[in-house]
Amino acid sequence: MSKKIDENTVAHLAELARITLSDKERKEFAKQLSSILEFFSQISELDTENVKPTYHVVELKNVFREDESREGLSQEAALRNAPQKEKGYFKSPKIVED
Amino acid sequence: MAADDGMQVIIGLEVHIQLNKLRTKLWCSCTSAYHGKEPNTVLCPVCLALPGTLPVLNKRAVEFAILLGLALKGDVQKETFFYRKNYYYPDMCKNFQISQYDKAGGVPICVGGELAFRAGKEARTVHFMRVHMEEDPGRLAYDGSITTSPVAYVDYNRHGMALLEAVTEPELRSPEEARAFLKKLRAIVEHLGIADLGLEGSMRCDANISYKGHARVEVKNISSMKEVEKALMFEMMRQKQKIKGGGEIVQETRHWDEVRRVTVSLRTKETEKDYRYFPEPDLVPVAIDKKMLDAARKAMPELPDARIQRIVKQYQIPEYDASVLCDSKAMADFYEATVKIFDDPKDVSNWLMGDVSRRLNEDLVEIEETKLTPKALAQMLRLIKDGTITGKIAKGLVKGMLSGAMPADLVKEHAVKRIDDAALLGNLAREVIVENPKVVAEVKEGKNPRTFEFLVGQVMKKTKGQADPELTREILKELL
Ligand SMILES: [Zn+2]
Repeated sequence: MSKKIDENTVAHLAELARITLSDKERKEFAKQLSSILEFFSQISELDTENVKPTYHVVELKNVFREDESREGLSQEAALRNAPQKEKGYFKSPKIVED
Repeated sequence: MAADDGMQVIIGLEVHIQLNKLRTKLWCSCTSAYHGKEPNTVLCPVCLALPGTLPVLNKRAVEFAILLGLALKGDVQKETFFYRKNYYYPDMCKNFQISQYDKAGGVPICVGGELAFRAGKEARTVHFMRVHMEEDPGRLAYDGSITTSPVAYVDYNRHGMALLEAVTEPELRSPEEARAFLKKLRAIVEHLGIADLGLEGSMRCDANISYKGHARVEVKNISSMKEVEKALMFEMMRQKQKIKGGGEIVQETRHWDEVRRVTVSLRTKETEKDYRYFPEPDLVPVAIDKKMLDAARKAMPELPDARIQRIVKQYQIPEYDASVLCDSKAMADFYEATVKIFDDPKDVSNWLMGDVSRRLNEDLVEIEETKLTPKALAQMLRLIKDGTITGKIAKGLVKGMLSGAMPADLVKEHAVKRIDDAALLGNLAREVIVENPKVVAEVKEGKNPRTFEFLVGQVMKKTKGQADPELTREILKELL
């Protein structure tokens, strides 16, 4: 399963993560990610046919909260770190291109 | 239209039900009562995903999910997990949504299930793939429409509200069927008492629409049951025109623009694998044991299908009437409350399904949004029964009653009583005879009984519908 990660895949991942990478970084990360996958491919050589997948490393289940409300933040506090705000809203750039 | 050109549309729905009957959100103790509040005033560090915050699952949300799963005859799972769905969109603070997944080892809280409903005269059953739990994103507001607004305004009050998403198999065959299906689902949710679906945004849909042999398009952002039919119709027309013009349908995600009444391409290249689903490390698994299931079964209220059968038996009205009344819990509740104080079940259902519903449809409101009370309706029916007013007068009172007036007061106020003054009716009948010589001649020929009823109608008109119809007939017969 040692599939190589190429620069196009890195570019796609960067886009999903909304980060910009230079050509040099793309090359470098392609190499690094490939070797990480390579490492994992060693694990996949093991026969896990009858092993239940580990969903969580902590052996806990059913951690619940009762349905009782508590006071939250004020609008002023909520918006304090917003780079752009208006009339009580966070402001975001346009989403859909026409 | 869809049938005669041989093109069969296939529709699947993802229905989001907001559990606003919970007191708090899904992961934090913020109140769920955010409707109508100032933007960004119903939130906390968890809602805003500030560093260091962690979600803690609302126990009652799990109980509500089990209730819906059982009501839809689904298979409630013994163990269920939460997954992260990763994507960048301003309505999610964390840049991922905590949801559930049915692949990559994920198990949603309920698998399978079905819903039987009426679409016109046809009995239909639609199957579910799953019901899963997830958090609601924040709400975006625009300057005008989503496509023309230069910015998006973000309100995180809704962020983290508990949602149940019910995903159907692609088995619906028309927008009308989709509406009938949603109506039934709504009735079930209301009877379960897990959500008030009268609140804005409490039942939202995404729809998958395709024509046989062509690619599938997902339409997102359909904000209410009323919008579903419109969005489906538009999208069907768009696809059909494209196919007929020799074009190809692109598999894509589109957005329903309510303001401009069109679907627009979101132009996202992201596919399902780009969501990079993986187990949510901040939440532990949920194990649903027999004790929890038994508790849910015990708490299960009477559901619409059972209620229809009981109403038919208890009040001896036709099954059709009972099922129409049970389309809405509020309507069924209203019916039973009225029958309790006015003992003519068929009369009550006739009026609720007839003039009251007609008025509600015209005003685009539900019965619980009006000020009509069972007491007022019962009083009106009593006034008809004891002969104080005619049915025709009563019809004219419905509007005022919906605004909270009592029928007896309306009768007094407008002096709209049944007129049984023979002298007055005699004078009016003579006027009508003089004014309609042609019709009178026809009546005398005796060929068409409807000509006589026309004259009765003319007397009615002169009295604004208040004339006693029987007495009027007698008087006219005598005069002719
Ligand atoms: Zn909160």
